[in-house]
Amino acid sequence: METAESTAIDYKELDEIIEKEFDLDKENLIMMLQAIQDRYTYLPEAALYYLSAKINVPMSQIYGVATFYSTFSLQPRGRNIISTCRGTACHVRGAETIREKLENMLCLSEGETTPDNRFTMETVRCVGGCSLGPMVKINDEMYGNLSSDDQLKKILDKYK
Amino acid sequence: MKIQSVKDLENIRRTYARELYYPDSIKVNIGMAMCGIANGARASYEKAVKEFSEDSRVAIRQTGCIGFCEKEPLVEIFKSGTPRIIYKNITEDKISETIQSHLENKFKKDWILGQVRDPRSLIEEDIENPLDAVTPFKEVPFIEDLPFYNRQVKIVTRNCGYIDPDSIEQYIARNGYSAFFYALNELKPDEIIKTIRESGLRGRGGGGFPAGIKWATCAKQKGERYIICNADEGNPGAYVDRSIIEGDPHSILEGMLIAALAIGSSQGFIYVRHEYPLSIKRLVTAIKAAEEYGLLGDNIGGSDFSFHIKISTGAGAYVCGESTALMASLEGKVGRPRAKYVHTVEKGFRNSPSNLNNVETYANVPAIILKGAEWYASMGTEHSKGTKLFSLVGNIKNSGLIEIPMGVSLRDIVFEIGEGVVGDKNLKAVQTGGPSGGCIPESMLDIPVDFQKLTEVGSMMGAGGMIVMNEDVCMVEIARHFLEFNKEESCGQCTPCREGIKQMLEILTAICEGNGQKNDIEHLEELGSMMQKFSLCALGTSAPSPVLTTILYFRDEYESHIKDKKCPAGVCTSRFQQRGKEKSPCQ
Ligand SMILES: Cc1cc2nc3c(=O)[nH]c(=O)nc-3n(C[C@H](O)[C@H](O)[C@H](O)COP(=O)(O)O)c2cc1C
Repeated sequence: METAESTAIDYKELDEIIEKEFDLDKENLIMMLQAIQDRYTYLPEAALYYLSAKINVPMSQIYGVATFYSTFSLQPRGRNIISTCRGTACHVRGAETIREKLENMLCLSEGETTPDNRFTMETVRCVGGCSLGPMVKINDEMYGNLSSDDQLKKILDKYK
Repeated sequence: MKIQSVKDLENIRRTYARELYYPDSIKVNIGMAMCGIANGARASYEKAVKEFSEDSRVAIRQTGCIGFCEKEPLVEIFKSGTPRIIYKNITEDKISETIQSHLENKFKKDWILGQVRDPRSLIEEDIENPLDAVTPFKEVPFIEDLPFYNRQVKIVTRNCGYIDPDSIEQYIARNGYSAFFYALNELKPDEIIKTIRESGLRGRGGGGFPAGIKWATCAKQKGERYIICNADEGNPGAYVDRSIIEGDPHSILEGMLIAALAIGSSQGFIYVRHEYPLSIKRLVTAIKAAEEYGLLGDNIGGSDFSFHIKISTGAGAYVCGESTALMASLEGKVGRPRAKYVHTVEKGFRNSPSNLNNVETYANVPAIILKGAEWYASMGTEHSKGTKLFSLVGNIKNSGLIEIPMGVSLRDIVFEIGEGVVGDKNLKAVQTGGPSGGCIPESMLDIPVDFQKLTEVGSMMGAGGMIVMNEDVCMVEIARHFLEFNKEESCGQCTPCREGIKQMLEILTAICEGNGQKNDIEHLEELGSMMQKFSLCALGTSAPSPVLTTILYFRDEYESHIKDKKCPAGVCTSRFQQRGKEKSPCQ
């Protein structure tokens, strides 16, 4: 399993993000962090130090932003992120049951990653697919009208 | 090509309207908003493209969503001179057969939702109905007559499901950007503001502040002014803004352009939540296309007016939907609200005057400019004009997105448009306003839905989420659900909100677990009233609403949890009291 220490940072690639895509502009900090996280599945500390020096924003502030917003993770995550929706419409249509089913299938609780790095389990506050509740989001794909174990198993099988 | 004049715009309109309304090939429009895709629309689309790629008679296209989520994937098929048929639930396994049988004039009757009577939007009255000369199908209902649609008035959603959201030409074909050109060429800034003020348009982001007054105040400020669009839509149960962006992104850009003209701004921002990847994609495409046509950028339409729009994304913080927090977040900072001694129209983003409106607010603007303030103000109630979008969800038969004039009763929304509760259950409550709103009991469903009335009964309009709850939903547990949400989303800087929510949640959890104490209800009310009075921002002042309204209308449920240690709906019994007793297979 990948650990925080073992992540190798490609600084050239990081420059592409910070300079080319976002113009070294501090106002783009949140989007830069998103791009870094998309690349590494999380925010590696070394990358944050580099970013801090590059755009001249103190680490304290970067750390503040990285911990304030719920989509950021300071720990490595799996190749696929499962987010069960906890919005109200999903809630009244059985989201808790779906979450428990998934947790049992993968032996994971919220925030944990499978030993083979295949899945990380998270929750999200409403993905806006309320008419299809309960919903689960895997990476950027949405799945709705979930109920049975079989259905969930088929979906999980698509992700390696 | 840069559009330099109304004439250029007209030319594009004419060319593409022909393609839109009188296609030579058979057009297959597949609804591909996020909910359609999650229901299998992408698979249907890919299958159709694969199967019919060789067939020159057929053109497969994507559109946004016509709102009837329950029936997705929705597929419309027609060609020039024939009725426009909308098929329902056309998943991958049915798509080929649907198209094939349509080609052979052997329509799959059972799969038809209805036919279109008039595809024009209400800003296209200057052209004739392309279906006037077409004999409708017998025995197939018009979708405009279906209970789900017959009370709807589509102003904001006029293009959703009728155009390809990635095509600026199709937006123009449906008279898009003509309101902007009219404002640019014919109206002075204060005339635009006057129109918006007289229309009675109020902010659709929840608070309902009159848009015209906000614009007027911002326009009076000195220096660089910013136009900001709030597309953070974090309210659970609401997907109004998502549907507009995914179905008709240019209507928002046009609304922002008109606001920029009126207020005097050259830079706009759209703050979109990160959880809406498709919305971000559609907006990026729309902005790029508008730039290519010279509708965004410098010297728009050959004038000396310049306006740019940049997209910024959130990162999963509900509180960033609040105006001051949003502007901090736009600056790349932590999104904590500040006290509003000085309003953001005076000092907002970069400490400069900033006009923030919601997606739906901006999307209303082009139609108001074209059709006039009086027309808009003729719809709705005394203090709430025009239409409002709602996502009608939960335990409801016809779930989906609806646009109705203000003032329709909750009962009509649930039982006529929504055709009632799913299954044979009874209705218990309708929740509006998300975690800042309340649960309205069945006995009060006759209230007309507008800003005033919803506030009067202890709830609020909010973003437009309307969650129908049947008798199996426990009101105490729902109150707890919202408080848990508010606890996670509270930014933590002010004590009333941070500590108040925490205390209330502890009490509610104990009640759900069967450990409620005699004075719990009074404690909840006391804490709630403290938070309403002293919290810094509206997240804190409204966080107690779900609890206080459920105490007000469903006190007996609280009492049976506390006194009899019983959950009448049976929810808490299984969720809180038996938890841990059954071993999970992992342990
Ligand atoms: C906690 C909180 C969350 C909010 N979330 C949103 C939101 O997601 N979208 C929105 O348009 N307004 C939201 N608002 C309301 C905004 O503060 C602001 O009033 C609104 O965007 C102004 O636009 P309008 O006048 O067009 O409604 C929120 C307010 C609070 C207190």
